[in-house]
Amino acid sequence: MATIRTPNTSHLTSDDIEKIYEPAEDSFLLLDALEKERTFLKELNPVVCVEVGSGSGIVITYLAQLLGNCCLYLCTDINPRAAEVSRKTATINKVQVESAVSDLICAFQDWLKNKVDVLIFNPPYVITPPEEVGSYGIEASWAGGERGRQVMDRLFPLVPHILSPLGVFYLVIIKENDEADIERIMVSYGLRKISILSRRSGSEFLSVLRFNR
Amino acid sequence: MKLITHNMLTSNIIKGVTKGYPLGIIPRKVEVKDVDYNPEFLARMIPNMDWSAVCKAAKDVGHDEGLPKEIAPNFTENDEFLKAAHHVLLEIDVVEGDLVCPETGRKFPVSNGVPNMLLKEEEA
Ligand SMILES: C[S@@+](CC[C@H](N)C(=O)[O-])C[C@H]1O[C@@H](n2cnc3c(N)ncnc32)[C@H](O)[C@@H]1O
Repeated sequence: MATIRTPNTSHLTSDDIEKIYEPAEDSFLLLDALEKERTFLKELNPVVCVEVGSGSGIVITYLAQLLGNCCLYLCTDINPRAAEVSRKTATINKVQVESAVSDLICAFQDWLKNKVDVLIFNPPYVITPPEEVGSYGIEASWAGGERGRQVMDRLFPLVPHILSPLGVFYLVIIKENDEADIERIMVSYGLRKISILSRRSGSEFLSVLRFNR
Repeated sequence: MKLITHNMLTSNIIKGVTKGYPLGIIPRKVEVKDVDYNPEFLARMIPNMDWSAVCKAAKDVGHDEGLPKEIAPNFTENDEFLKAAHHVLLEIDVVEGDLVCPETGRKFPVSNGVPNMLLKEEEA
């Protein structure tokens, strides 16, 4: 299989980069993890793929390039500028991605029930004072509040409802987010964990985890 | 925003709204784009669609002409139906406009092709 090139994000302006999350080591680790999962994902034969918190759109665009036009690709971000840039990134890279401004997957939740084959979230995972969580701007890219968990913890209970029977959930975390505790929560929902990739980047120890039934 | 996405959206995130479906569309700018036709994809997606909501959305944006009113019983092998579905679900793009909650009239703007479903704290 030909390798898929990192999506072109050269259209991001300096103003975009001040307002949205510029692809960084965590984004690239996630791309590498998806590339590593390519055969698995092809065999899964997904039809509905969703990314929460798409930022620049680099990840959902990459997934669409990896799997082709056999799926619906949908992404959300709480930052309106990010949702717009995500759509642009998809267009420039010639893939079809639907983008919306939403808190997590709120406005799609009913429809997505038991339908999501591939769910992706690279959440704001940095430990910050809790009051920094809840912004609609660039701060939402990193501010994770207590243990860096405040945003991802709100998605976790939805995951078992929206995943299709064979659906998979990819999550980026850092060490401080407490992987063992996240695993315990997901196991209580009947989802088991597989570690896909880990990498140290500066002071962050990043991992991509996969959860499925 | 394509009509396939409109089919998935509800306004029942608003406090007091029970169903919030389907959202009305007030179009200001609608584009029709060529998208590669993939009959297998459509055959898998169509059972997930609320077809009466598709028809209503198509009417709201002025692209309902010739659209079948119901899902054809043999749709997986019905190329004519799949092509009509392909066009209405994937090729019509609402670039600017409003989505309207059927119960409260609350409008959600669509700008640059992106619907904004965020609520103010007191609405949620
Ligand atoms: C670490 S960035 C990841 C961006 C992109 N996916 C990447 O990997 O480069 C986290 C993203 O989540 C978004 N986000 C934060 N809270 C959110 C929420 N409640 N709902 C949706 N998106 C959210 C941020 O705006 C930001 O774009």
